[in-house]
Amino acid sequence: MSTAKDQQAEVQKEDSMLLQKAMISANYEALSTAHDEGKKISSTFVPGNLNELLMCFDFVRNLPEINALQAGMRKKSGGYIMEAERSGHSEDVCTYVKSDLGMMAKGQVGPNGMRLPTPDLLLLSYTGCFTFMKWFELVRDEYDCETAMLHVPYQADGKVTENMRNFVVTQLKEQVIPTLERVSGVKFDIDRLREYLKESAKAEDDLVWVLQSAKNRPTPIDAYFGGVYYCGPIFTAFRGTKETTDYYRALREEVAGRISQGLGPLTPEGPMGEERIRLVVEGPPNWTHFRDFWKMFYDEGVVVVASSYTKVGGVYDFGFRHDPDHPLETLAEYCLGCYTNHSLPSRVDMLCNYMHEYSADGFLVNSIKSCNSFSAGQLVMLREIEERTGKPAGFIETDLVDPRYFSPANVKNRLESYFQMIEQKKARDDARTAA
Amino acid sequence: MALEEIISRCQDLYDDLDFSYVGQWKEAGENRKAIGHMPVYVPRELIHAAGMLPVGILGGGDQLDVIHGDAYYQSYICRIPRSTIELAVTGRLDCLDGMFFPSTCDVIRNLSGMWQLKFPDKLIRYFDVPQNFDAKIGGTYYTAELTLLRDELAELAGHEITDDDLRNSIDLYNKNRQAIKELYAYRSAEPSQVPTPEVYLLMRAGMILPVDEHTQLIHDYIAAAREIKRPVRDNCRVVMNGLFCEQPPLGLLKSIELAGCYVVDDDFMLVARWLLHDVPTDGDPIKRLSDAFISYSIETSCKFVPGRENKGKFLVDSVRANNAEGVIFASPSFCDPALLDRPMLQKALTARGIPYTAFKYAENSGQMQPIREQAGTFADSIKLWSAA
Repeated sequence: MSTAKDQQAEVQKEDSMLLQKAMISANYEALSTAHDEGKKISSTFVPGNLNELLMCFDFVRNLPEINALQAGMRKKSGGYIMEAERSGHSEDVCTYVKSDLGMMAKGQVGPNGMRLPTPDLLLLSYTGCFTFMKWFELVRDEYDCETAMLHVPYQADGKVTENMRNFVVTQLKEQVIPTLERVSGVKFDIDRLREYLKESAKAEDDLVWVLQSAKNRPTPIDAYFGGVYYCGPIFTAFRGTKETTDYYRALREEVAGRISQGLGPLTPEGPMGEERIRLVVEGPPNWTHFRDFWKMFYDEGVVVVASSYTKVGGVYDFGFRHDPDHPLETLAEYCLGCYTNHSLPSRVDMLCNYMHEYSADGFLVNSIKSCNSFSAGQLVMLREIEERTGKPAGFIETDLVDPRYFSPANVKNRLESYFQMIEQKKARDDARTAA
Repeated sequence: MALEEIISRCQDLYDDLDFSYVGQWKEAGENRKAIGHMPVYVPRELIHAAGMLPVGILGGGDQLDVIHGDAYYQSYICRIPRSTIELAVTGRLDCLDGMFFPSTCDVIRNLSGMWQLKFPDKLIRYFDVPQNFDAKIGGTYYTAELTLLRDELAELAGHEITDDDLRNSIDLYNKNRQAIKELYAYRSAEPSQVPTPEVYLLMRAGMILPVDEHTQLIHDYIAAAREIKRPVRDNCRVVMNGLFCEQPPLGLLKSIELAGCYVVDDDFMLVARWLLHDVPTDGDPIKRLSDAFISYSIETSCKFVPGRENKGKFLVDSVRANNAEGVIFASPSFCDPALLDRPMLQKALTARGIPYTAFKYAENSGQMQPIREQAGTFADSIKLWSAA
């Protein structure tokens, strides 16, 4: 019987994953030592994050969702969540929030084993998720520090209006930037912002190329389980940096290499075997059992060719790029365009487009207990997409970082039934085509 | 009108899950239209100014058998959207010509998208109010959104909504708010005279009756209540918090009072109490409504509270202004705004030595005994151990 250590040693990783791991480790190191080095820290959320802007003021960036995600993968979140529940937080609410608060209560120790310092600034970009607003208030209650709030209106009618854009830009100009200047002591330089935005756009081009490589057969990537790694740097503390541009160039070359060799995605157990089923997946993954969850797919030859979760920190594959010629307007457009800030009909259109463009055999919803922003309405979306595409849809329920809500046997059972259903449908369709 | 007659009328409106009154109102005039709205806040003045009837859609309560609605939602989502969908797919909301969904939470927000997919022929509006309360920033945005809403309603109505139309509506809603303030002040002063289940039914009636009729009903109720003398119980005085969206069963409110608590303030039907003062009827009416929202609107879990030091202050002020002895947090299961807010509000109360208790409910909760026991224990603890 192999030990956990042996299994760890056997895990296959792409070079880009190692590169990203180094970037994340360096950021946690920078956070841990920031105050010793006289640097300021900003805590901010992933969707609608203003990373380029924060870098203009030399803030080191901390992202509570990423801390919760990391805690989930390191099997720490369960304890953090229970700690938060013991202190009065309801069992019904978002487990990212409770993991974050529990981690704080237990000494705020980061993944690098060092204490994450109290931020100097909390920046709330209230984009696509109501819970962020309350999370922000809860964290603000814990830290007595400066705050800035950016309200990003919801794209209820599937479009960004001039009023919405102006509202966001005015908040940036009149409130957010002056606060960042005051807290950091650094004067805003719009040309510095333009330079970061140029880097963002380059990285975004390569990210989109990588995501769209899944249109190949076999797909060289898994756009969900691999995709969450691919979107990591651009969704978090790194968008706009040169190292992120380099990361995405390296990733692109790695994926191009796999295409030229006709290879499928690299799974934790090595190159994936025959590609039997191609899926589009809606909803975030589960982090506490991430590898077990992924294995349920690749063991069956199932690969995800497109996913909505890889658009939660920015939708780039329909043409949007950060535009250095209109720096504040482009930040507003970016925030307004994040996936969960889109209406349900827009999300359905987007997913149907993926089903068609990526030649998917089925559509799967991983419904997350914690995340009403994603989850409320997913059953209607599922029926709509099934009806429009004629492809079978499946539905499973898990959670982000609460291990109590990941039932491996149930999930596996449901997935296997669903995969069988897809195969049967495919066989029937193939027979009809042959006839 | 006698008190029993008033309450009986309110109870009939409350029980009518077919919204027959809306159909009757529409038939009573030519080309009349009705617009539904979910909790917590929409500017009903605009709907009224368009000549339409604003209708609060507050879920199906404990009398609706939800058959279809459960197929639309996962088990971990609150009850109000599933019963609201049930009302819609069973044709009970066909009387509505449009539906407004306020920015209450992600569930209500996404319900607007479900409506767009399922009922594309209706006027559907997700109404995103600003969480930025600077008049020059949030106010400018909100003024433009109100203007857009006025234009959309005018198009549906088939006629312009003039400034005078709007001023007239503002005036009527000012009078309604005044009447509600009087009702709440009366209950706070003499809670034995104004049972909370009756206040609730009166407030619910305001979700369907035309505003002027509702205002008169409240005046009639107050006058009728002053005519009788009800027994004074040895109850403690509490503020209830968390009931702003999914509605408590009427039995829950009765249980609270029977358990020894007089409710002296609450957050029922906040749409009717959202603006804390009269909206001026001079000047640009859209701007006036916008200014009112930005400068003097109620605090609730659906809003952002600028300034850490202000969090919970509104609730504490209510406790003090109403001489309450404690707070009962009654939150719907899976209600993100209420449940995420609760620890911060509890902290604010603790800091000021104000006792509280908390429980969850669903609109179809049937078993009240545990709630009655909890509220009763809370009331006893206040009576026994309160510093007063």
